[in-house]
Amino acid sequence: MIATILRRLGMAAITLAGVAVTIFVLLRVVPGDPIAMMISPGASKADIAALRAHYGLDAGMGQQFVVWARDLFRGDFGVSISMHRSVLELLAERLPATLELAVAALTVAVLLGGAVAVFAVLMSDYGAAPIVDTVNGLFLAVPDFIWALMLVLTFGVLAPILPLSGRIDPTFDAHFVTPFYLIESLVTLRLSIFWDVARHMIMPTLALALPLAAVITRVLKESLREAMMQDYVLLARLKGKSQLRLVMQEALRNAIAPTLALTGVQFTFLIGGTVIVERIFSYPGIGNMAIDAVINRDLPLIQGLTLVFGALFILVNMGVDLLVTLANPRLRHG
Amino acid sequence: MVDGALTRARAEGARSRRREWIVACLRDPKVMVGGGFVLFLCVVALAAPWLAPHDPLEQDIVLGVTPPAGFPGAEPGHWLGTDDLGRDILSRVIYGSRIALTVAFVASTLAAAFGSALGLAAGWRRGWVDAAVSRLVEIWMAFPPVLLSILLVAVVGPGVGSVIAAIAIIDWTRFCRVVRAETMTQASGDYVTAARVVGFTPTRILLREIFPNVLPVLIALISLEMGIAVIVEAILSFVGLSVSSDTPTWGGMIAQGRQFLHEGWWILAAPLSLLFLTVLAFNLLGEGLRRALDPVMRR
Repeated sequence: MIATILRRLGMAAITLAGVAVTIFVLLRVVPGDPIAMMISPGASKADIAALRAHYGLDAGMGQQFVVWARDLFRGDFGVSISMHRSVLELLAERLPATLELAVAALTVAVLLGGAVAVFAVLMSDYGAAPIVDTVNGLFLAVPDFIWALMLVLTFGVLAPILPLSGRIDPTFDAHFVTPFYLIESLVTLRLSIFWDVARHMIMPTLALALPLAAVITRVLKESLREAMMQDYVLLARLKGKSQLRLVMQEALRNAIAPTLALTGVQFTFLIGGTVIVERIFSYPGIGNMAIDAVINRDLPLIQGLTLVFGALFILVNMGVDLLVTLANPRLRHG
Repeated sequence: MVDGALTRARAEGARSRRREWIVACLRDPKVMVGGGFVLFLCVVALAAPWLAPHDPLEQDIVLGVTPPAGFPGAEPGHWLGTDDLGRDILSRVIYGSRIALTVAFVASTLAAAFGSALGLAAGWRRGWVDAAVSRLVEIWMAFPPVLLSILLVAVVGPGVGSVIAAIAIIDWTRFCRVVRAETMTQASGDYVTAARVVGFTPTRILLREIFPNVLPVLIALISLEMGIAVIVEAILSFVGLSVSSDTPTWGGMIAQGRQFLHEGWWILAAPLSLLFLTVLAFNLLGEGLRRALDPVMRR
């Protein structure tokens, strides 16, 4: 077990290094100069050269990589060219916003997808399956980008009840000790602030959650349906358990493993989706920052963000593998 | 002698299989509805100059932000209203379909060609080729695709060519993974052993025996990929990285609509609805094709 985890960690490190090298090289072999984006038109050649030297961009690519990797191991991610601040500081400030959003979306997706799947199985005798399948197919096909904008139209224009952008109402004079606004305001029981932060998260969360919920519904519904035909469920039925109890107590436990594995893979897609959804709602997370970083050719920031996204993806995948192994006794002892 | 008979039998088999596919596709409601809409969109894109009631770039500040027909204040002749610069929205979504479809067809074909070539190689040769390709796919997938496409287009420079290249460079992994797995399954089939016994070269077995059997899955995947490509193009236009702003694109119109949300919801609603329908159509078509072309699923 521990050997497996160590081996997976080793593989993950190789993949992450591969991602880092790929992006590092990509950013430097293509035309486009980060310095040209930040200087004023009247700058002299000497000024430009001085700036290049300041950001270490005058050295050869190999040397730049060595310097970057060496600093990285010391916990130094470099300085953002466009924001003139430490990349690590920026990441520490923005990553929690994205994490709160992603975890909220995952929670909503699991609850919603699970509820619809259970509902569909309970109602299968009443001919609900085709309707659920059709609606679910719609949610499977349409991505977060479109949902986000449809929500904007619905709750921003048609029934303007939700804030359209940001993370918190700027008129609030709220001080936070941590960058986890939602959790902190809840823990410190500042409920009006909590409610405001939550309201800002509803639309982006839904946009991210809906496609994932549809995936969960599809897989869980199939596994539940299979589980419901097993002998132990029949036995429980003969004992006189209600349909709801059969699904919740008997079938669900055995149907959860395949759903878990798929949810994990899909969760990485959800994290990827935060990039554009944060953009649409001007939500101050790392995704929104990443788009700006790319447009400004902010090499150190892009590199830092790349590592964070890569690490997140790999960690989620590993965590899921671990959970699936733990949930399945045959694999656990295998 | 044996070779000639085999070739004849194969030609006949291929013909009857093709006929079977076409019949199955025509019978599938998903293929008909999804394919019908895609076809309709193609006609609209090709006939844009004749269909569009106005020049999509013609500005008329006096007629800025007029609502669609049927709403108070609507301007006759502008069925879907006008944007902030007084440009006709119907004409702009019609012209926008050109970019969307170009990107969809070219990018997904390129991604499919590249991905299936690597997938076939990995699934057929196995060994170090498979290890290298699989690792490459893993690295590729450890990065948010949307961000990677923005990154690629930002460094290469905006334009339809870059958008197409970015989508192909990112989404080949989808094809690679499926084709690799499918090739491995097919390669263990009896007919491949038979082909080996007859003495066919590996290249011939791969291209003429295995590939035709991988094709159905590939065709369905391409259709699904077109839906994805349309979305990615819209996202890139939304961020301002697709074609220049004087060519109308759905994503560009959506970005504009997001900005003028409170002045006129229709600026956002019109291109968004069309994007929604297009994605849905490509998905229906892909799913229908997968079912129609797969003999196991069809039964």
